[in-house]
Amino acid sequence: MKKLWKSVSLPLYAIITGLILGGIIMAITKYNAISAYESLFNGAFGSPTAIGNTIAGAIPLMLTGLGIAVAFRTGLFNIGAEGQYWVGAMAAVFVGYNFTSMPWYLHIPLALVAAMVAGGLWGGVIPGLAKAWVGAHEVITTMMMSYVAILLGHFMVEKGPMMQPGYTPQSPPIAASATLPNPFPNLLPNSSLSDGIFVAIVAVIIIHILLFNTTLGYKLRAVGYNNFAAKYSGLPVAWFTVLSLGLSGVLAGLAGGVQMLGVDYQLTDTFNSGYGYTAIVVSLLAKNNPIGIVFAAIFFSALSTGSQMMQITSGVSANMTDVITGIIIFFVATDRLYTYLRKMVTKRQTVALAAKGVRD
Amino acid sequence: MWSILAQVFGNPELYASTLAMATPLALAALGGTFSERTGVVNIAMEGIMLIGAFFGVLVAVSTHSAFLGLFAGMLAGIITSLALAWPAIRLQSDQVIIGMAINVFAAGLTAFLLNTIFGFNGTPTSTPFLPTITIPGIVKIPFIGQIIGQQNLLVYLMIILVIVAHYILFHTNIGLVMRAVGEHPEAAATVGVSVVKIRYLGVSIGGMLSGMAGVYLSLGLLNGFDVNMTDGRGYIALAAMIFGKWTPFGSLGASLLFGFALALSIALQGYQVSANIVGMLPYVLTIVALTGIIGRSRAPLADGIPYEPSK
Repeated sequence: MKKLWKSVSLPLYAIITGLILGGIIMAITKYNAISAYESLFNGAFGSPTAIGNTIAGAIPLMLTGLGIAVAFRTGLFNIGAEGQYWVGAMAAVFVGYNFTSMPWYLHIPLALVAAMVAGGLWGGVIPGLAKAWVGAHEVITTMMMSYVAILLGHFMVEKGPMMQPGYTPQSPPIAASATLPNPFPNLLPNSSLSDGIFVAIVAVIIIHILLFNTTLGYKLRAVGYNNFAAKYSGLPVAWFTVLSLGLSGVLAGLAGGVQMLGVDYQLTDTFNSGYGYTAIVVSLLAKNNPIGIVFAAIFFSALSTGSQMMQITSGVSANMTDVITGIIIFFVATDRLYTYLRKMVTKRQTVALAAKGVRD
Repeated sequence: MWSILAQVFGNPELYASTLAMATPLALAALGGTFSERTGVVNIAMEGIMLIGAFFGVLVAVSTHSAFLGLFAGMLAGIITSLALAWPAIRLQSDQVIIGMAINVFAAGLTAFLLNTIFGFNGTPTSTPFLPTITIPGIVKIPFIGQIIGQQNLLVYLMIILVIVAHYILFHTNIGLVMRAVGEHPEAAATVGVSVVKIRYLGVSIGGMLSGMAGVYLSLGLLNGFDVNMTDGRGYIALAAMIFGKWTPFGSLGASLLFGFALALSIALQGYQVSANIVGMLPYVLTIVALTGIIGRSRAPLADGIPYEPSK
């Protein structure tokens, strides 16, 4: 119990600080923060449809967040999950509209596997090999690959091979045999929830077992915990680097695939889901723990789903949730703040006592 | 085919626009260079540019002075960069994550404030802008004059700043101290250098220049602020800094190359060549540079490593 509290106290403190500071910013700009938060909460959990949408929005965050957590556990920062998400989406849509005569039980797995392979290759091959061979920093390489992926997506639907005939830059829609339907049409009606939730749950379980109950997971964590020690104990660190970034990309690609089959059904000319970036926050907040990621993903999905309602009913721009998110990341990363402040207070007291001592 | 190429590449507009596009990249990359040379990884250029761009417009509109807007944007850049500097230096926080927090926060805050202060219509069209300078004589030279003879004030200021930055970093005592702190802070500390102060200095100069880059976007290149108007330029500037091997002239060269790619992708709109494919150039070149195919790019040794003074 004490261990559990220790692991959730920092994220909770960061969330509360984020909400309070966000409220202060709203108060300064003459908004009613309480009613804004109330409409935010109602927008996220106020009706069965809202709950369905919040869970639906958590699916890509869970999958991408798991991917980022796997990389973090190996000591690697995959900042380019957004791009891996989009190459996964492209692969899934491509399979989705091309193999139209397939039964669903082959079509869906094929589309998802294509998404995973695409994401895995995008994240694993170039950033992974560049890190393993010449030590090129993965923060930069994955970020650059991400931008290349997004431009590739634009190319595909604007002038490239995936453009639908006509003038609108978008891909053809996927076949009905590749779509993931809503598993609870009566319980959570009119929401964008899809069977993708089961994919996400299975992924959480598999990654949890992989990380904490297999030798491979132990070795991956050993590389992350102490790269040098792992190297000197004979682990092929280069191979684990490629594997970890690849697996990270597989999960981000799967997120893109699931989103296409379950929610979007085709590529449109936007390519800014933001999931790849929010997932980093999800993973940080969950301290890279797969179970924690489920809750963190639901939290950030609720912020984003609820923000629309907040904008409509209380007039506060939906971008306020980004402000709160930024503050939360800041306070998760400054975990030493508390010890630092305590040290400052003790120091001041010591100085005050010393001064008093001099006077006496 | 050839006539199209001649039409696109023979047009001085393309090169004038290259210079204009390169300016925000070079200013932010220069800022990043100062920050990382003293050992603090700075991926927050994107967010700081947005903050600079927004507060530049806000102050320019309320004071009717583009120059006060410029100063406000630079000041806002410095203040924002302190949100990176303080946890990076005092709390040994992960600098990449703090940088990300600033980027998310800045995107949200500027969009929120734009909506709250200016409403649906956005910033007014009457926003004053930074003047375009015409250099007499040079502007009359055919072709070259059309490229460098008439540009925004900040374009010329950027070129001067690159030269000054090179001089400071490589030919002055303070520049040597900065580089020493970024390469080996412990050694610098033993000869009496305050690692903490130098890092604050480096990050603040970075914030000031990124803020200036943002103001150039909102009061120079365009006339007003729009949601997420930096459009990834802060990340391209990061790439330019790395591609330029953490040097001022390298950053300028890389920014010109990337600016050319941006200008080209705009010039190619309406032709059969895809602007998106041309747009990949900066990112692909950065990966190539990092993998060492054309001259390996190496970060300062202590870049991103928190410094903990031993008692």
